[in-house]
This record gives sequence, C-alpha cells and structure tokens, in this order.
Amino acid sequence: MTIWDTFRVAIRSLMKNKMRASLTVLGVVIGIAAVTTMVSIGQSASALVQNQFMALGTNVIVVFPESQQRGGVRQALTVTLTAADSQEIAAQCDAVLATTPLVGAAGQLIYGNTNWNVNELSGVGSDYLIVRNWDMAAGDFFTEDDIKSGAKVCVIGHTVVTKLFQTGNPINQIIRIRNIPFRVVGVLEKKGVDMVGNDRDNLVLMPYTTVRKRLQGSNFDNVNAIFVSAVSPARMTEATKQIEQLLLERHGIEPGKTPDFRVQDTTEIAATLGIITGVLTLMLSTIAGISLLVGGVGIMNIMLVSVTERTKEIGIRMAIGASGNDILRQFLVEAIVLSLMGGLIGILLGSSASVGATLLINYFNPGQDWPIVISLPAAAVALAFAGFVGVFFGYYPARRASRMDPIEALRYE
Amino acid sequence: MALIELREVRRSYDLGEIQVHALREVTLNIERGEYVALIGPSGSGKSTLMNTLGCLDRPTGGSYLLDGQEIVSMSRDQRAKIRNQQLGFVFQNFNLLNRTTAVENVELPLLYRQGMTSRQRRRIAIEMLEKVGLGERLDHYSSQLSGGQQQRVAIARALATSPSILMGDEPTGNLDSKTSREVIALFRELNETQNLTVILVTHDPAVAKNARRKIVLRDGEVVADTPDIDIAMGALHREDDE
Ligand SMILES: Nc1ncnc2c1ncn2[C@@H]1O[C@H](COP(=O)(O)OP(=O)(O)OP(=O)(O)O)[C@@H](O)[C@H]1O
Ligand SMILES: [Mg+2]
Repeated sequence: MTIWDTFRVAIRSLMKNKMRASLTVLGVVIGIAAVTTMVSIGQSASALVQNQFMALGTNVIVVFPESQQRGGVRQALTVTLTAADSQEIAAQCDAVLATTPLVGAAGQLIYGNTNWNVNELSGVGSDYLIVRNWDMAAGDFFTEDDIKSGAKVCVIGHTVVTKLFQTGNPINQIIRIRNIPFRVVGVLEKKGVDMVGNDRDNLVLMPYTTVRKRLQGSNFDNVNAIFVSAVSPARMTEATKQIEQLLLERHGIEPGKTPDFRVQDTTEIAATLGIITGVLTLMLSTIAGISLLVGGVGIMNIMLVSVTERTKEIGIRMAIGASGNDILRQFLVEAIVLSLMGGLIGILLGSSASVGATLLINYFNPGQDWPIVISLPAAAVALAFAGFVGVFFGYYPARRASRMDPIEALRYE
Repeated sequence: MALIELREVRRSYDLGEIQVHALREVTLNIERGEYVALIGPSGSGKSTLMNTLGCLDRPTGGSYLLDGQEIVSMSRDQRAKIRNQQLGFVFQNFNLLNRTTAVENVELPLLYRQGMTSRQRRRIAIEMLEKVGLGERLDHYSSQLSGGQQQRVAIARALATSPSILMGDEPTGNLDSKTSREVIALFRELNETQNLTVILVTHDPAVAKNARRKIVLRDGEVVADTPDIDIAMGALHREDDE
C-alpha cells in the first residue's frame, strides 16, 4: 500500500464521519491558534521594547554622579561629574563614538499669551543628536559656538510646536522661560511615546552652558549626567570599562575606594526587559501548549472510540490481507491528517488573531505602534508540534487496532 | 502434492479450568480444483477448521501445508500476505464495508498489494462485478443492495486477487432459498469454468449436495469424507438415531 493510497483511505474514512472529524480538528485548531497568537503577541511585545531602545540610542551608556558620603553627611554640592569629563571621554576612549553632558532644569514655556509645561528641559552638548540617535525635523541643532558663548537658543520637540505654535513656523520665534527670551533654532523629529506612555516629544533642549549660566546661575562645571554612545553595540562593555578607567584616573579615586560616579549601561536594562518579555512569551506559550495537549488528548480519545467502533472494518481488512502495519499506518495517518488539518487552520486563525490583537492595541494606544509580528518560526514549530501530537496520540489507538485478532474482530458487532 | 495438506491438526481453547478441543487430529488433503462442502452439527468445529484453512487462525498443533508452504510456523504478517494472494473469503454476513460503494469494496484487497495503480484496481474491480452480474450496480452502497447482491459483491471481492481457493463459511446462511441457489450456481460455475478450488461450510443439504466432496465433522473430528450425499447425511445424523 503506497503512502498516497494510505492518505486517500484515511481521508475517505474521515469523510465518512465529518461531524466527528471536524470536532476533533477543532480541539487542535484552538491549541495551535492559541500557540501562534500568544507567541506572536509575545514577540510583538519584545520587538516593541527593542524598538524603544533603538529610539533611545541603542548603544547609550549613562554616567551619573554619585554623591559622596563623608562622615554621614551628604556632600551634595561637591562637584563630581563635569563637562570636561564628557569631553575627555569622547577624546580618549576609542570604543566611544560621542558624548554629551546633560544639565537638567525646569520652567514654564511662554509664547505670546500661551504657556506650556514640558516634560524635559535639558542643557546638552552639540553631539546630543548622535548620542541619542535622533534627527532634526526643521532648522538646525545649536553649534559648538552657541555652547561656548552660552547663547540663548533652543531646540524644541514636536509636541511643543503643536502646543505653542499650532500651525505656524516656530523657527526663529522667541519663547520665554523664567522671563528670559530664547530663540528657537530647530525642531526635533517626532519620536512618539515611550514604553510607559511618556511623550518623548514634549521637551526643550539648549546648550548646557546656557542652562547653567542663565537658568541656574551656577558657576560650577558639574553636570547631572553624561550620555555616551559606543561605536557599536558589540563594544558597549568595552566602552563602559574605558569610561570607568578614565574617570577613576581623572577623579583620583584610589583602588578600593568608592567612586564618585556610576556608569550605567542600557544593554543591562534591555537585557532585563528582554528576559521579562521572554518569560512572558514562555508563560503564554506554555498555557497555549497545554491547550494543544488537550487537543491531542481529544484526538486520542476519538481515535480510540473510532478503533473500537470500526473493529469489524479492521477484521474485514485483515481477512482480505491487510497486515498489522497496514492497519497501524491507516489509523496513524488518520490521526496525523486530523492534527495537521487542525494545525493549518489554527495557524491561519492564530495569525489573523494576532494581527487583529495588535491592531486593537494600536487603536486604543495611539502613538504606541506595536509592530505586527507574525511569527513564522512559531507557525512552523506549531505545525510540527501538531504533527507530533498526531503521531503521539494516534500511535496508541493505531497500535491497538493493528494487534487485533482478525477472527475476533470479524465477530464484533 | 495436494494444494492443501492437513496433518493431525489440533485446535484447543484454554479457558482456564477447562480445555475446549475444537479440532482433534484432523488429517486431510484437498486437491486443486476440488469443490468441498464441510458439514456437521453446530459446535462440531466447522468454522474453526475453515478459519484454520483460511490462515485466519493458527492451529495449536499439527502441520498445514498450503501449496507446499508450512502455515503453522508463519508470522501474522506472512499469513496476511497468504490471505491476500492465495485465498478468497466469503462470509455468512457478507462483511462489506458500509458507506462504501460496491466497486470500492471489491478494490479493497488490491489496495494491500504492491505496485498496483488505482486505475488497474478499478478495472479489475469492474471486471469482477460484471462477472458476478453486478455491472449495473458499481456505485451502489452496500446498504442499497439486497442480501444476494451483497453476497455477490463479496464474491467479486474474493475473486479480485485471483486466488487459488475460494472459501465460504455458510455463505448462503443469510439468503432465501432462491438467492441461495443463484449464489451456489455461481460457485459451481467458478469451480467448473475456472478450475477454482471451492470450500464451503454449510448446514443446507441442498448446498452440500451441489459439492462434489462432502466432509462431515463431529466433535472436532472428521467422521466421513465422501462424494455421496446419502452417506454424508447418514454420518451426520447417526448419533441422533442412537
Ligand atoms: N474463541 C473461542 N473460545 C473458546 N471456545 C471456542 C472459541 N471459538 C470456538 N470455540 C469452541 O469450539 C467449538 C467449535 O466451534 P465452531 O465455531 O468451529 O463450531 P461450528 O461447527 O462452526 O458451529 P456452528 O455450526 O454453530 O457455526 C465449539 O465448542 C466452540 O464453543
Ligand atoms: Mg460456524
């Protein structure tokens, strides 16, 4: 009996009891659809997280000042991290692409008779765009000269444009912060909201010297953070080491002493988030896998009933010359056909469900833009698993059928 | 060498406390082209002998040579192959697959043969159905056929593999006397025109009379083996007279 004949016989047998076959298939459909959907959504979530990190600047390392504890008194005003540190990191560490100091400030924006509060008001260096992997939508970023002179210029995010200028052109307009006029020289490209829903386009950037001189009135050179980007994601760890080495030296920290700075690598955060989404995907797939298992048990159940019910048929086939193997193959192929059919339908259903779910998420969370991911490997694995379920749960009933005694089987009514 | 050679074939069932001896030391030869009827009272071991001859059952002792091949020592699969290639079976209750057409039923044994295309199978099945006079009923389901027609489909199925022996365990048992005569005539014709060896189990003296050789079984033993129907009937009823 050729395999093709076996398939034809199997399909013909299944067609004789369409209702039962479809209900059995349904069990597998649900399992496979669940697996496909869950894995796709899980992957979509981790793709989202990755995209967000790309947006932050993939290779970003952040250096924070660490306040020193001396005799239990917090030395808040000690200058630890400086703009000079930032320049030296850029100049001396060869795994570093660019750096920018960051000086934070706060204040309300006023334009004409409109005012607006931003999420972030920062003073940064001229390499900020490189470090953050960002671009201008209009105008230019401020220059090295602006930084030297502490010029009263600023660059604004997309949200600020819509809130203060509506449809007008913001370039070269004057906005006021704490009654100081700043000229808008450029508009940043729109970035959207981050993972927790914060609007990343609601910000104002200006030279760090300007913030320090005009808004803080401070004479110190200290900065709140230094953002560093490595030349490639692969060299993040190397860059981190070089920065630590350089700063320990520059700050004269003796070996064994606590450093007055902290170097944080965003890959760590990315890795942690990756683990979280990975665990999530695993959990969802486990639940889905269990439902697939239930589908498999359904197949076994139906096949067992079918073998008993068709005892007479088995007897007839054996009497006219079917070997045990012929019978085994027939029932096994029936189980596999059932589960593969369920697998295919399940994948189609699961893929549409995951696209639908992603569209729904994006509809209710505008700006979030979950990527639509249909996981082909997941589909392939699911289909293979369906086939495996068919073989696994079909084998026992099929073997039972193949071992029947022809005389007893023929006598069965 | 005879087509069938049974030597001291025994078949007993071990039911724990008691042993049932369905066949005790049956020794007989059947030549190619013979037409044999197996008769005997109920429980005398006719079906057991038939199943043994048909390689469906394995005797507990003795030797069974079919066309020179020892069947007793064969594996299940080897016996399945013998059934497929050398034997044709007809049953009392027809044993056709339900929800399956006549032609598909007849094709069935050919499915378990190597190297046959579906077209060849179909051609042979149609030819066989025409031979048993059912050329018009190819696509009828079993349930749409009369008992006599169903038995003819079963005969066509048995003949599809061109076996050397056609066996029937009370093949007319479920038929009325008229259809029974038609089916018997068909057996006779196959035996005479194609030299097919026919072995039938029957309760019906009319059917037994039709066969050229009558073997009478009683309590698992052959008590008469004769071409004469009267002698056979005498052997069958001897005990009742005592
Ligand atoms: N599977 C079995 N287990 C136990 N005993 C059996 C089995 N099959 C048959 N027998 C016994 O073997 C003996 C012969 O049975 P068999 O079926 O060959 O009789 P038979 O001549 O065909 O009878 P009938 O004319 O009623 O069909 C009987 O006594 C029966 O009880
Ligand atoms: Mg019987």
